[in-house]
Amino acid sequence: MTSYRYAVNVTPKPGILDPQGRAVEGSLGHLGISGVSAVRVGRRVELTVDAVDEASARAVVDRLARELLSNPLIEAYDVEAIGGASSAMSGAAREA
Amino acid sequence: MPVRIGVVVFPGSNCDRDTVHALQLAGAEPVVLWHEQASLESVAAVILPGGFAYGDYLRAGVIARFSPIMRAVAGFAGEGGLVLGICNGFQVLAEAGLVPGALLRNQSLRFAGREVAIAAERVDTAFTHALDARRPLRMPVAHGEGCFYADDATLDGLERDGQVIFRYVDSTGTNAQPGDPANPNGSLRAIAGVINTAGNVGGLMPHPERAAEAILGSDDGMGILRSLVDSASRATADPVGPAVAVR
Repeated sequence: MTSYRYAVNVTPKPGILDPQGRAVEGSLGHLGISGVSAVRVGRRVELTVDAVDEASARAVVDRLARELLSNPLIEAYDVEAIGGASSAMSGAAREA
Repeated sequence: MPVRIGVVVFPGSNCDRDTVHALQLAGAEPVVLWHEQASLESVAAVILPGGFAYGDYLRAGVIARFSPIMRAVAGFAGEGGLVLGICNGFQVLAEAGLVPGALLRNQSLRFAGREVAIAAERVDTAFTHALDARRPLRMPVAHGEGCFYADDATLDGLERDGQVIFRYVDSTGTNAQPGDPANPNGSLRAIAGVINTAGNVGGLMPHPERAAEAILGSDDGMGILRSLVDSASRATADPVGPAVAVR
């Protein structure tokens, strides 16, 4: 088994009202910042998957992202590999 | 013999006891169901009460969706059993796909804890048949994520198929669109409550159990609970129905 580390980035779908993003955008004037727009607030989930190969690990994280971490009605997600793979058998740190 | 109605308790539920009390007032026998159990104990209907199940972590309602009791609730609902979600319970049902739509963060970004008025769009459903048509009902809301959302095509379908059962209304009884103070969360088309296509699963953000007796300032919520209790009694009396209570 090998450990694979991923980040799942979940964001509001285009067109979905994002009041948090709007609030952040509204605060920019207080910082004296201009020229920033289209702020969208989402969530990032990092996790480690133990699997026999990268394709299997990716399938697990895709299912997790689709069924739990995002609500497909309102949110989109992408999966990003972070760090390197590490072998669980060798006793290497899981946090690759 | 009073009809037995289940009240599911998740870690973080906080309206379960109010719901139990209100069901007793409505003449039912409440049965408390713990989230880790897989049996509904032959109840004739189930209420998912308000609260913050599993701390509302990730998204309100989503972690509760995967609990053992929700597998049983989904099976029960699939066989036509009556299920009502109130506030957080509505969020759980929406996350589980048992009712349409999603509940987004309130457009104001503020927790809304106050009395609102809603009107029943239909008074011929399992959850509303004891109500008067379009008479505004006063009851509290208490939520941070209650903005009903679905895409335009879905909203059109819900309206066409009679799946919108409650809307927020202003003092004149007019639907309160997003931006109107009478709409506490910015819900699209003023939608406060919906049912599934079969009509046996419903959810609403306002709290009927907190408006179940005059001493609470309003007993307008009782009509909703009475409708449910009465519908559950009829389901129990039907020997071929899926929700036969066995004692």
